[in-house]
Amino acid sequence: MSYKIAIASGKGGTGKTTVAVNLYNVIAKYHEQDVLLVDCDVEEPNDLLFFSGAKRLDGEVVSHRVPELDLDRCTFCRKCSEYCEFNAITVIPPVKFAAVNPDLCHSCGACLYACKDHALVEKRVGIGELTRYDIGLGAGLVEGKMNVGLALQTPVIRYIKDKTRDFNGIALYDAPPGTSCSVVSTVADSDYVILVTEPTPFGLHDLRLAAGIAREMGKPFGVVVNKTGIGNNDLYEYLEQEGIALLAGIPFKKEYAEKYAGGALLSDAYGEYEAFFKTIANNILKSKGL
Amino acid sequence: MKTVITSKGDSFDSPLDPRFGRCAWFCLYDEQTGEAEFMKNDSVDVAGGAGTRTAEKMIEWNVKKVISGDYGPKAKDLLDRFNVQLVIMKNEDKTVGEIVGKLKERSGD
Repeated sequence: MSYKIAIASGKGGTGKTTVAVNLYNVIAKYHEQDVLLVDCDVEEPNDLLFFSGAKRLDGEVVSHRVPELDLDRCTFCRKCSEYCEFNAITVIPPVKFAAVNPDLCHSCGACLYACKDHALVEKRVGIGELTRYDIGLGAGLVEGKMNVGLALQTPVIRYIKDKTRDFNGIALYDAPPGTSCSVVSTVADSDYVILVTEPTPFGLHDLRLAAGIAREMGKPFGVVVNKTGIGNNDLYEYLEQEGIALLAGIPFKKEYAEKYAGGALLSDAYGEYEAFFKTIANNILKSKGL
Repeated sequence: MKTVITSKGDSFDSPLDPRFGRCAWFCLYDEQTGEAEFMKNDSVDVAGGAGTRTAEKMIEWNVKKVISGDYGPKAKDLLDRFNVQLVIMKNEDKTVGEIVGKLKERSGD
């Protein structure tokens, strides 16, 4: 059976990756189901850093279709440019200039529909990579990485999710920070969402936004409060008022931060840390009979 | 020769708008006739590609010089290609009228 859990946060630096890699570790160790980690933070994937013995298995280029202009056929009518919502095509009729800007293209195909002169042909352009890693325990890591300088997170995320869709077991999707399209596409088609936050005003502010997304998308979700002991009580009051499930609270400790910075898996390093993740895994999976 | 000064408003009292692609208004100044015309920039709120859209306009209007605060790389490439001179004004307090005045002085020399 397949069960997909997205790990998102709103605010960056709350501990999405920490939760994703440690939850993976604990599920791989203590649960019967196979578990797969999918790093969807395609601008800066860093799950790999926590698995020192990781071996690269294989990779694929992620590409999308971008129109190419045949200037011999182009009549500089500007139809393609008018159709393009993203201003990716420049046409300047008086100087007979036309060019496609692949960085701005979202691969929607509207320009091809607009062009009656057959001056546009699509070609594939690489926008990122998918890499599979054997990380010892579990079914491994699938990492998505977008090429530097692009703003095409969603097509890369959609591709890596598509490639892992049929995984038979528990798939963990580590989402990018924020609450924009890239997070929505990571959360889409997940069965459950873990929202990671911290008990600070900023953490609460962004949790409200992230919870709003999960609700609007009709996803069941629960909250992991990381770095407890800092900030104030507003977050807990919010969770109570809204009836949002608190999956676990992980205290802020300098030694955790030090170990984390050294690339250690905290659930391997500390028994009590492993216990937090056993609780999180049980809270989510037990109710599903997993 | 035509020059465009990016402007925050539609009069000579308006300060220079330091953003090229997303400036509020254009002051199109013709050095031959000494006439200036203000035009609204309809690319202010586009999601992306404002720079190239605005650069496109400059080339269509046969503008040879643009005075603004900053230019993005895509707009700069396109304007360079058509030999449009780019002037960067660091002093943002200057009004469009003052800049036009300076241009008039120079052409009078």
